[in-house]
This record gives sequence, C-alpha cells and structure tokens, in this order.
Amino acid sequence: MNYSIIRYILARVLEFAGLFMMLPFLVGIIFGERQCWAYLFVASVSLLAGFLGKQFKPKSKVFFAKEGFVTVSLSWLVLSLVGAVPFVLTGEIPSYVDAVFETVSGLTTTGGTILGDVEHLARCTQFWRLFTHWIGGMGVLVLILAILPLSGSYNMHLMRAESPGPSVGKLVPKVKNTARILYQIYIAITLLEIVALLIAGLPLYDAATMTFSTVGTGGFGLLNSSAAEYSVAVQAIFMVFMLLCGVSFNIYYLFLIKKPKEVLQSEELRAYLGIIAVSALMVAFNIREGFASFGEALFHGAFQVVSIITTTGFSTCDFNLWPAFSKMVLFLLMIVGACAGSTGGGLKVSRLVVLAKSVKNEISAVIHPRSIKKMHLDGRVLSEKVIHSIRVYFAIYMGIYLISVLLISLDNFSFETNASAVMAMFNNIGPGFDMVGPMGNFAAFSDFSKCVLMFDMLAGRLELLPLLVVFSIKTWKK
Amino acid sequence: MQNAETLCENSIDSGLDYCSECKYNNLVIFGTKIVEEIVMKIVIVGCGNVGTALAEQLCREEHNITVVDEKEELVRNIANTYDIMGIVGNGAVYSIQQEAGVGEADLLIAVTGKDELNLLCCLIARKAGGCHTIARVRNPVYYREIAYIKEELGLSLVINPEYAVAAEMARLLKFPSALKIDTFSKGRIELVKYRIGEDSVLCDMQLKDVTGRFKCDVLICVVERGDEIYIPGGNFALQANDTITIVASSAKIAAFFKKLKVPTTRAKDVLIVGGGETTYYLARQLVDMGIRVKIIDKSKERCEELSELVPQALIIWGDGTERELLMEEGLALTEAFVSMTNFDEENIMLSLFARSLSKAKIITRLHRIAYDEIIDNMDLGSIVYPKYITAETIIKFVRAMHNSMESNIETLYRLNDNRVEALEFLIREDCPLIGIPLQELKLKKNLLVCSINHKGNISTPGGQSIMQVGDTVVVVTTITGFHDIKDILEKD
Repeated sequence: MNYSIIRYILARVLEFAGLFMMLPFLVGIIFGERQCWAYLFVASVSLLAGFLGKQFKPKSKVFFAKEGFVTVSLSWLVLSLVGAVPFVLTGEIPSYVDAVFETVSGLTTTGGTILGDVEHLARCTQFWRLFTHWIGGMGVLVLILAILPLSGSYNMHLMRAESPGPSVGKLVPKVKNTARILYQIYIAITLLEIVALLIAGLPLYDAATMTFSTVGTGGFGLLNSSAAEYSVAVQAIFMVFMLLCGVSFNIYYLFLIKKPKEVLQSEELRAYLGIIAVSALMVAFNIREGFASFGEALFHGAFQVVSIITTTGFSTCDFNLWPAFSKMVLFLLMIVGACAGSTGGGLKVSRLVVLAKSVKNEISAVIHPRSIKKMHLDGRVLSEKVIHSIRVYFAIYMGIYLISVLLISLDNFSFETNASAVMAMFNNIGPGFDMVGPMGNFAAFSDFSKCVLMFDMLAGRLELLPLLVVFSIKTWKK
Repeated sequence: MQNAETLCENSIDSGLDYCSECKYNNLVIFGTKIVEEIVMKIVIVGCGNVGTALAEQLCREEHNITVVDEKEELVRNIANTYDIMGIVGNGAVYSIQQEAGVGEADLLIAVTGKDELNLLCCLIARKAGGCHTIARVRNPVYYREIAYIKEELGLSLVINPEYAVAAEMARLLKFPSALKIDTFSKGRIELVKYRIGEDSVLCDMQLKDVTGRFKCDVLICVVERGDEIYIPGGNFALQANDTITIVASSAKIAAFFKKLKVPTTRAKDVLIVGGGETTYYLARQLVDMGIRVKIIDKSKERCEELSELVPQALIIWGDGTERELLMEEGLALTEAFVSMTNFDEENIMLSLFARSLSKAKIITRLHRIAYDEIIDNMDLGSIVYPKYITAETIIKFVRAMHNSMESNIETLYRLNDNRVEALEFLIREDCPLIGIPLQELKLKKNLLVCSINHKGNISTPGGQSIMQVGDTVVVVTTITGFHDIKDILEKD
C-alpha cells in the first residue's frame, strides 16, 4: 500500500472541503447570520491541514486498483467527518453522530434527515446541507481529477472507484478531459434549473439550493413538507430535472457530439423511460380515488415515481398513506435506481437489464442444454467478466441489505420501517415508509443503527466494493 | 531497398504541410474550451509489444491515445495502466475506426502482427479520416516494393522493425567501442554511450580536466554508476566501470576516442548466431560494407535460403548454442559477435559465454526486458531492443508532426532505461532565452545544456554562450516531460 500518495490526495480533498465550506460562509455573511463563523473556522482549519499535508510530495507513484478504492473511500469518510463539524459548532445538531449522519446523507445524495424541523435552521446551514448533495452528485474526486494536474496511471483507478455503473468508460481518451466534460454538463444542467426556477417565481436562494438538491438527486429540502408546498410549475421543473439527472451523462455527451443514433440505441435509457412510464400509470390508477381528477393523480404518481427511481426522494404528498400496491411499486423502484453514469444511486437500470437477460438465458439453457448464447447490450457482446461482476454485485448487494435490516431491527421498530429505512439509505433515496416516511425522519434510531445506515449510504454511493476493500483486513496487511 | 532511416527522414522532409492540417483538438462546450493545449489525437491499432511501448510513450507526451485490438484482455490491461481509451475490435473495420474517432484523429498507427491488416487499416483510415498513417510492414516480399505501396496507399511512414534493428546493429558494428549511438541534427551531433574499462586513462579523472587533458571539445553529460544516474558537474570524478554518455560532433568524438587509445575502426568479421529476418538485413548491410559475415542457424531450409539471399556470407548449419561448434567457428578470434536467436535467455547465455572467451564487440538482442535491473549488471555488450527501436522511430515521426503544431522539440531520446532524456530544441523567434549568456539563466538542477548548433557550427557551450534564433540546442536531463526550451528554466 502506497500511503504517501493516499495522504497526498487526502490533503487535496481537505483543501477542496475547505473551499466548498467558504460558500455557506459567504451565504451567512450575506444574510447576516452569526452561525457562518463556524463555517469559516472549519474551512480555514481544513485548508491549513490540506496545505500542510500536500507539502510533502509522494515518494513513489505506485498506484493500483487497491489504492484507488482505499483513497476514494477514505476521501468520502474524511469529507463526511469534516463536513459535519459546523453542524455541531453552530449548535443546530448537538450530537456529532447525528451531524455526521446528516453530512453522509447529504454527500451520498441520500437526503434522509435526522432533523424533525428543518425550517428553523440558519440559511447558511441549510445551504451547506443542500450543497453537499451537489458535491456528492458527481463526486469530489472527479472534480479533483478535472482540475488538478494529477497525471499518471492512477487517475483511472480513482475515476473507476468513484463513478457509479458496472463498467466505467471514458468519453475521451484522457481522464482529465472526461472529468471536465462531466462537470461541464453537470454545471450546465444546474444553471438551467436555477434559471427555470427563477422564472417560475422562486427567490434566488431557494432556487439555487433546491437545484443542488435536485441535480445531485439528493432529496434534502428547505421545507418540512419536502416539495409539497411549491406551485405545480415548480414541482414540474423538479420532476423534469430529476428525470434528466437520472440519465447517464454519457448520453448528453453523445448528443453534444451529435451522435443521436447511439443515444437511441441505449437499452438502458429505453428501459429507464419504460419503467418510469409503466410505474407512473400503475400508481396513478391505484391512487386515482384520492385525487380530484385522474390528471392530478397521474402528476403526483409520476412525480413520486421519478423521485424514487432517480433516488432523489422529494415528495409532493405523503405517499406513506397510499394503497399497499403503490407503496410496493415504489419499494421496488428503490432497488432499480437510476442509470449508470448519472448522479443517482440504486442498483442501476443497466445492471437490472443484464440480470434480467441472465435469467432469460438461464431458462433457455435449460430448454436447449447445448445452446450457446452470448449476451448483448446496446448491440454489443457483453464479456463474461462484466456479467460475472454484475451477478456478484447483486449478491453482495442483497447480503449487505439483509444484514443491515437485521442489525437495525435491534431498535425494535416495525418491520416496514426497518425494511424501507435500509432500502432508502442503501439506495441513496431518503424517505422510506411508516416511521421514516416522507413526513417522518431518522432521529429515533439508536447511534448504532445510525452508524449501520451511514455505512449503507456510503456503500451504496460508492458501489459497495471500495468500502468493502477498506474494511477488509487483507488490504492493510503487508 | 530503401534505408529505414532515410525513409523516415524523407517523409518528414518531403514537404508534408502539417500546419495546414493542424487540428486544434479543442472541444468547445458551452463556450468554454475543454482542452487548451494543442495535443494530437492518435489511434494505435494493435496492443502488442510495440503498441504498448508506443501508447506508454505517447501518453506520457500528453497526446490523446485510443488503442484498438481484438483481444479484450490486452485492451483492458493497457487501458487500466495508462490514461488512454481502449476499444475492442478489428481495427480495419470502418465502424470500429469511427468509434475510435479516426475521423477526428491526426494519426493512425497500425502495429498489429499482420502486415496485410496493418496496410488495410491504414488504407481505410486514409480514405475515411484523411489522417496520417503509419504501418508496420515486416514481410520482405512487401518491403521490397515498399516505395510503391507507400505512394499508392498514401502512407506517411512505413516501418520494418527487423530492418530498423539491423540498421542499428550495423551502426554499432561500424563503431564497436560505443554501447549505443544516437544522433541529433541529422547525424551531425552524436550521443555515444561508452563504458570505462579498468585500465582506462579516464579512471579517477575529474570532468573539468578531461577537455584540457585531451584537447578535445567533448562533453560527458550522463554518468551511470551501479543503479545511480548522475548529470555530473565539473568536480565529478570518473571511476572504472562507469557508463558515460558523450555528446559532440562525430569527428570530435572519433578524435576523443583516438586519444583514449580506444579502437575506432569497424569490426572486420562478425559471427551471428540465429538466422532470422534481422540477420538477413544485417548481413546484407555488413557485406556491403566489406565485413566478413558468418551466420549459424539450426534450420537447414533457412540456411539454404540465406545462402541464396546473401551469397557472400558464410552460412553454417548447426546449433549455435553448442559450445564445440562455436569454438570451431572461431568464437575466440572473431571481432564481433551478435546473438540473435529467438530466445532471450539463449541470447544472454551466448553473449556471456562469448564475453568470457574473447574481447569481441558483443551485441545482444532482447525482446522482453522484465528484469532490466539484473540485465544491467551483466556484461552483455550492446543490448538492442527491437520494440524500442520500432517505437522510437515512430515517435520521432510523431514529434516531427507535433513539432509543426506546438512544441519545439526536434529530437528526443530516452537514455539509461528512460531515466534520462536528451532533447534537441529549435530556438524560435519568440524564445525568451535568446541572447542571454547561459550563466545568467536560472537553470533547473539535474540538467545540462550539451551543445549548441549555430548554423552548422557545433560547440559545447560554456557560461558565456548564448542561444540565437535558428540554433538547435541539445539538453540532457533527468527531468521528463519538457515541451519547450523554456522548460529548462527554474520556475519561480
């Protein structure tokens, strides 16, 4: 293990954390809030630590996949631990465990909160909560790769470890340029939504913060009622941008370089849109009696379906009160998740497509024992290795899910609460059902359960393996 | 038959106007440039030895590389190791080429194992993308008519690795004392690697005394001692078994070696073990130079073939690894010995054996160099790595192409296992270093300005020397990644 280079990259991460935290400080200055000094303090300490840590250039440049996984996991841990400090210093979240939970929930774009009342927080604190969604959405190491001249073989390992999806490809030959393109698309979508919300009548502060939450597919809101109190136009804008950010960013790149043919070929995109359409219709039919018209039911059903499948977690109404069928549809959508290469979490549509094809092939193999059938995706043959890793991923995914449910059931809440809480955390969605439904929160869980859920959030965001590598003893043995 | 060297030079000098095609590979999204530098987009087809060496080198020079190969395993390995994009598929297929971005590429390099595939790749890329193309062609049947093929297929460069290796070996046999010879300024400046013997007059001599003692304007720019590499200053004292690199014009180097009492005449007879394609090309060149050639090969058919192709050479049918045979054929008395069997291990053994028996000039051909630390400690004479020679020739061409776009590097060599770079810069009008004496420049450490070529007048610079427009300057350094002569200055 090459510790010196990990230390060096972590120092750079600290620097970025410091820079990010300057933003809530500025917001606090503008609104004249005294809480902002906590942000300045933590930002300065973080900047200083980062500055000192990067003074010693790494001795060796040896960097393998192992180092990549460890660096990414540690970076996220460090960011979470540092990002939580201001919450404690301002006194708004007195318990450090709760503060870390809130930060992890922000960075992993989960959006599940331990706060019962978010409307009385200082504006700078609100800003920081929602801004963590934006940072976590595309990933902080991708940003570092885009900006810093980290040349060498290790950038690909970092990119692979942080980006979601079964096989991380590059858009252009160089990692640096790929990272830049991703962030440019990300920033462009962000600006578009802010403008759209301004036109729809939201003040700049609300427009910006809610945009961070939407494009990062996070789910934190400014209001206790999530998205319910906004006008229909604003809700529609949320829905559209959630939908957009659940799509692989590679698709936008293909649009930009004018290869729309390949966009249409993407099986994942078609499956994603198909699942949304079918689910929205099913939910709308199921809940139509609670609404004045079918149109309204369809709007709320579609909003909720998009919000859950993109793993954002906004809600326009309390879906916890919906019929069991609709709740089950939403529960299953939690597993599906967004497209690979988007800012969303979950299992990812492409993995599901491959798993579904696996099942089909397996059945056909029983009927025709000697048949040989290669699996295709987007018109290309999938290699055995990718298929294998997707199957293993699913196994680990289910394993972690079940163990987590087991662990948090020690708190003796209802089965529905436990099963949906872990599902919502693990897939970075936010609200679950029953006690942790859209109107509830996670405050009642014990510290131990919160730690389990934090692990789930990070594991879900970083796609399991990086975190498992860090917690594996073999990694640290010589 | 055309010489590989001139082939390369020709294509560079043949008036290809890169500037007119100069592509600024900038991708503009939302009004901001994503890529500021002018970098080249290069597609490499074939991820074998040479493809990998090329990808590594060109990637280090910041170009945008896409590799194409049919073997997924190879592509994945190479894409994981270097910052490049990999595509699995047949490089001669139009749609694969499109996917690899041949349409926007500046250059396609085809280095698969098959000549026909390479030529087809280049042909399609030329028609579809209009980019420059480089093909590796090793079959002598095609290579004999290469000028025609090159013209008709619109290739920018054709490289035959065996021929290039043979040319390198012939150059070494012309001047047996050198371990390695590289040339700058179209051959006017030479970079010669030489190992100091136990009884050499250079032992324990300080560098500042060398010039005075031999009255010779040469510069010792790199010293390799054990695992350490030094860019030496004036007080550096040489020791026996140091490997030194000397820069000067060819005439001065010859004079210097004469004063060292090192033989400078070429070998009179050469014993070659192994009769492959390289041997054929080498034998042809050596015979033309009037050197007696003896070739030992195991296969009777090959011996007969060689005898037809090179009637002047003495062909021996037998196992070249047999001790008795080697003794019988006069290994102890030969002036030069080349081990070129198909197995690296055999070549190493043969060379060590030859070294123990005679003082002959020894050349060892090695294909893989996984254990270079060990190989460096063995006295194998000059070691020739075919994949590096091929890669270097191609990289020379790429640099010349890139040169007309942005950087002002004329030539670049990597010495001592890539730990040292020797670069030749062209001084352009906008260069901030013009007219300032060297001693007033704040140069980086581990860097030496070795030679200034002012209108064909080559001098070893001192503190008072200045650079002028149109000069070419050779710099030797352990710092890699220079793009511009400005990079030699310490950054504030």
